[in-house]
Amino acid sequence: MSVDTATVRRVARLARIKVTNDEAERMTYELNSILGFVEQLDEVDISGVEPMTSVVSVKMRRRQDVVTDGEDAEGVTANAPVSEDNFFLVPKVVE
Amino acid sequence: MTDLTSLTLAEARDALKAKSFTAVELTDAYLAAMEKARVLNAYVTETPEKAREMAKASDARIAAGKAGALEGLPLGIKDLYATKGVHTQACSHILDGFEPTYESTVSANLWADGAVMLGKLNMDEFAMGSSNETSHYGAVVNPWRRNGSDVNLVPGGSSGGSAAAVAARICLGATATDTGGSIRQPAAFTGTTGIKPTYGRCSRWGLVAFASSLDQAGPIARDARDTAILLKSMASVDPKDTTSVDLPVPDYEAAIGKSVKGLRIGIPKEYRLDGMPAEIDALWQKGIDILREAGAEIVDISLPHTKYALPAYYIVAPAEASSNLARYDGVRYGLRVPGSDIIDMYENTRAAGFGAEVKRRILIGTYVLSAGYYDAYYLRAQKVRTLIKRDFETVYAAGVDAILTPATPSAAFGIGEKADADPVEMYLNDVFTVTVNMAGLPGLAVPAGLSAEGLPLGLQLIGRPFDEETLFTLGSAIEKAVGTFVPKQWW
Repeated sequence: MSVDTATVRRVARLARIKVTNDEAERMTYELNSILGFVEQLDEVDISGVEPMTSVVSVKMRRRQDVVTDGEDAEGVTANAPVSEDNFFLVPKVVE
Repeated sequence: MTDLTSLTLAEARDALKAKSFTAVELTDAYLAAMEKARVLNAYVTETPEKAREMAKASDARIAAGKAGALEGLPLGIKDLYATKGVHTQACSHILDGFEPTYESTVSANLWADGAVMLGKLNMDEFAMGSSNETSHYGAVVNPWRRNGSDVNLVPGGSSGGSAAAVAARICLGATATDTGGSIRQPAAFTGTTGIKPTYGRCSRWGLVAFASSLDQAGPIARDARDTAILLKSMASVDPKDTTSVDLPVPDYEAAIGKSVKGLRIGIPKEYRLDGMPAEIDALWQKGIDILREAGAEIVDISLPHTKYALPAYYIVAPAEASSNLARYDGVRYGLRVPGSDIIDMYENTRAAGFGAEVKRRILIGTYVLSAGYYDAYYLRAQKVRTLIKRDFETVYAAGVDAILTPATPSAAFGIGEKADADPVEMYLNDVFTVTVNMAGLPGLAVPAGLSAEGLPLGLQLIGRPFDEETLFTLGSAIEKAVGTFVPKQWW
């Protein structure tokens, strides 16, 4: 399978990364090189094989369903590029 | 007094215990060595005040007879580890200015045992790279050079700063992480020892996530013993990481120097690649001979799905990365580049904040997870992963204790040498290491010799799940036969 520049632009949009025309061209070439490389997986017989979902077969531990953290709006917003009164500020999203 | 930085971590530990010098003196020796070695670009942030303060506290604890296992020992921390109030950016522009309000579990374990932090170490951006050239802070220079050459070489990656700092003796040991070979490949390129533990051995909490089903923390150090000492402190079960495994942490140091007699070592024929340099083949043979002479039994084995590990990795890792890196949106931390609306702001921020390799992997990951392609790519790759894991389970069930392979297909290469190459060519650096991540197994890289050009070359030992001890035993046997390797200081 190979991708064209329009597909790369669509995927970049899905990934929320702005790409220039030059970048889209170059990435099309690079993505096709990687997709060509992974194509060899098509020759593996995977019939009846379960997908690997965990590396070690252990039962996922559960913890008590209780509050363990919180009440720290200041800490949560401490690294925000723009914040006010412990709120994240973003460009207007509703009219 | 001899140069304090020439002592290994174990030697420094014992000397501190014997009060031959103080933790503050040891830390000052490292801070001075770091200053002299800035040309290597191994550290992205030095924390001298914090280091001296921690060393002073260590001296007080030593005096009070309350020394921890790593008391007063100065370490470097990969920039991927969250360190409270200290630069933590995974060497990405998009995390500009990020200083976490919390500490990663692994680094917290080290501080609880008395270790001293010297600073944060350079790495490939978000751990995506095999040469440490994708860092926002520039390439790291390998302390090793080819005989008679002053060409700067890469230290490998992604833990290139960790490996270079250990090799250059500007820390006693370093934390690192390994998603496809990021501990073992740089260790091999710098003549240092590094272990990727079994998935789940160390907590991933507080590590900047790359590919969650593959990422694992581990140490890089000067020899097998030092690596074992560090891993013991780093490993723990952690309620904050449900994939961390609740098994007792053994005393790995006790495995150093034990007899290898009777251990069965598998030699996988699939690792003998076409066009592999003769000296890599010779190194592998040397490792086989050393272990055989030490009393191990060498058996030929087959891991038939080996060649599919790297292509499967380049579906699984980018897919998980594209999800993990979705959080960098210019809202909660790091860089923000304004835009005409919120989506434009996201797109501008991510375009400016991510480097080329990171963007490439996010796009691949987004593509393989996009509607209609999931089964053809991600699901198929996860099934292939089951087969890769099964290959290992089969040989272990047949009585093999560990597997010996080369660590890398070549010695270190020049900075910029592969800049125009196809991305896949760079990915091939991890051809021997990536299988281990796909199967979740432990893998140890040990230096085993020098190339004709005078550069270090490493071997890899792959173990059964949670049997890091056997790897340390075997690694120390190889080390006993070949010694350790130190670069000539030119900086």
